[in-house]
Amino acid sequence: MADFEIRDLRVSVEGREILKGVTLDVDRGQVHAVMGPNGSGKSTLSQALMGHPAYEVTGGQVRFKGVNVLELAPDERARMGMYLAFQYPTVVPGITMANFLRTALNAKRGYDGKDKSKAIKPKEFRAMLKDSMHTLRMDDSFLSRYINDGFSGGEKKRAEILQMAVLKPEIAILDETDSGLDIDSIKYVSEAVNALRGPDLGVLIITHYTRILEHVRPDFVHVLVDGRIVRSGGPEVADLLETTGYAEWGVKEEPVAAGIEEA
Amino acid sequence: MATTVPQINVGDDYREKYGFFDPEKFVFKAKRGLNEDIVREISFMKGEPEWMTKMRLRSLDIFRKKPMPEWGADLSVIDFENIFYFLKSTEDQSKSWDDVPDDIKKTFDRLGVPEAERKFLAGVSAQYESEVVYHSLHEELSKKGVIFLDTDSALREHPEIFKEYFGTVIPPGDNKFSALNTAVWSGGSFIYVPKGVSVDIPLQAYFRINAENMGQFERTLIICDEGSFVHYIEGCTAPIYTTDSLHSAVVEIIVKKGARCRYTTIQNWSTNVFNLVTKRAVAYQDATMEWVDGNLGSQITMKYPSVYLMEPGAKGDVLSIAFAGKGQHQDAGGKMVHVAPHTTSTITSKSISKAGGRTSYRGLIKVHKGAHDVKSFVKCDALLLDDESISDTYPYIECDENDVNIGHEATVSKVSDEQLFYLMSRGIPLVEAETMIVNGFIEPFTKELPLEYAIELNRLIQLEMEGSVG
Repeated sequence: MADFEIRDLRVSVEGREILKGVTLDVDRGQVHAVMGPNGSGKSTLSQALMGHPAYEVTGGQVRFKGVNVLELAPDERARMGMYLAFQYPTVVPGITMANFLRTALNAKRGYDGKDKSKAIKPKEFRAMLKDSMHTLRMDDSFLSRYINDGFSGGEKKRAEILQMAVLKPEIAILDETDSGLDIDSIKYVSEAVNALRGPDLGVLIITHYTRILEHVRPDFVHVLVDGRIVRSGGPEVADLLETTGYAEWGVKEEPVAAGIEEA
Repeated sequence: MATTVPQINVGDDYREKYGFFDPEKFVFKAKRGLNEDIVREISFMKGEPEWMTKMRLRSLDIFRKKPMPEWGADLSVIDFENIFYFLKSTEDQSKSWDDVPDDIKKTFDRLGVPEAERKFLAGVSAQYESEVVYHSLHEELSKKGVIFLDTDSALREHPEIFKEYFGTVIPPGDNKFSALNTAVWSGGSFIYVPKGVSVDIPLQAYFRINAENMGQFERTLIICDEGSFVHYIEGCTAPIYTTDSLHSAVVEIIVKKGARCRYTTIQNWSTNVFNLVTKRAVAYQDATMEWVDGNLGSQITMKYPSVYLMEPGAKGDVLSIAFAGKGQHQDAGGKMVHVAPHTTSTITSKSISKAGGRTSYRGLIKVHKGAHDVKSFVKCDALLLDDESISDTYPYIECDENDVNIGHEATVSKVSDEQLFYLMSRGIPLVEAETMIVNGFIEPFTKELPLEYAIELNRLIQLEMEGSVG
């Protein structure tokens, strides 16, 4: 039994079936990449795994540490050790990143406002942020800014990885983390992700392009087309896609290696 | 470390902290209802000069003649004959904390008054029942000539200055409730800041209703002489009662040339209180008046802090938030009257409605003829927490001058699923996530408050939000 099992997952959005039976196993210590063209269901997969209410699961199972997480609210999944780095992180005005990070961390530590011993100490919190912020090239002023408010595309993605570093998940889903990033940002983000890699973390990278995979080498690559995984293999699958694209599955698109998107 | 407001959970001790009440202990308790005898009795008990007795009686007459306002919230349920118009809980003002009776001290202990004083209070004027029982004024302020008294004492001790200003900004005939207040007023704060004196520390008063069916009619008068500055803070919490209660205060402020006054209110009356308050300031040349006004409790609030901009360079600001839960109607806003040219004003209103609560923004920008080069900006943002809650906006502009710059911006939004999902995906539970979003929404208001008050406000919001579950 894998640490994280997706079994025949079917998901509909507004009554239309997007995922048509996805099966995938991720163990801690592994990095998987799910690659697919536009409209293949990549974002639906990430949102549904985390429990977004607009994504209706119509069939299948997702088991994490033996628990069917589809029955849990998003916050419960997160506290169990799941993490989603958003493709489009949401702006929440008026709440500072520091407050947000501390609240999230305290929630994970089981602090409900009563037992102070469970709350993170300011000094410990500070130390925890320091290294990751350095790797991600983020300065202190970032902490007093509001959640994603006025962030550039690159800042948003770096902030997602910083949250991941603070929350230390066991399964992390990175949804198009490389989109909208310049070359430097890709490097910093990849460095940070690589620093987090280890026997306790399983990673699921969801991406259209192969760029991030040059920095964060996956152990397994899966190709998602029209809501189904059509091929699974090692890193060589990504290399293949880089040259041939998704043409094999009847998808006509630009080469997969490109992909400098708008910030 | 960033400057953030700590989120502290005080959910379980709310009733303990805010909902308790001590056995009533009255020296004198007037009968219910309102007539000339009661008004005379109030004035007699206070040993007031004749002019005040006459003014009270005249105001009672106006109150009776004026019809109930037909706009705004529904006030028809108020039974004026079923209200106590005057109580006095201890015989004399206490000079120091040691002199304060134990049961009252206990109340203030729970409210944190002494602690607040230890920290940074210059003077505490804490209102218990209808009169101020505890009063202290920092020596340094006294030396600078600053007067900070309860309003009753001020009438006795500073009759000339009192008579010069009392009722000049809000005359009894201004509206039905200012007439009522002038007839039966009791307690409140009186502040005089002499020329050029800047009071560095906020002056604070704690207000509290602690008798069933007891109306509070406090009267506050603040005079900022030329070039002076003062920040006055009132914070209100009220015990929970089952019968209706009326709070009808009047606040008059005079800000003279080059002076600045900030008046901060956090009001959290229990949800059976009718909170009908008239607040008005006049600002003269290059003077600044700032109203920072937070309304959380009460069944109905009608309150529109206003500034009359009398001379060039005068500036008026209103920053307000309103939170309406089940059965509550917060009808609040602001009023800016540009009498002189080269005057500026801003009104920023933020409202939150949940569980069928209703918030209304009601505002007026008035520009007199000849008041050219006026700038005014109104921004109201409403946040609805569910489909049954209501928000409405009544922005009025009366402009008799062409050369003006008036802007208005209004938004209505809901707590978005995307924001909730985002916060929850980080492990933050639903109610806490909603609370964060609401606290973030009112952050432009919270950041203007002293830290203690900001924490208190965030706590209150948290309590309101927790109440929305289930």
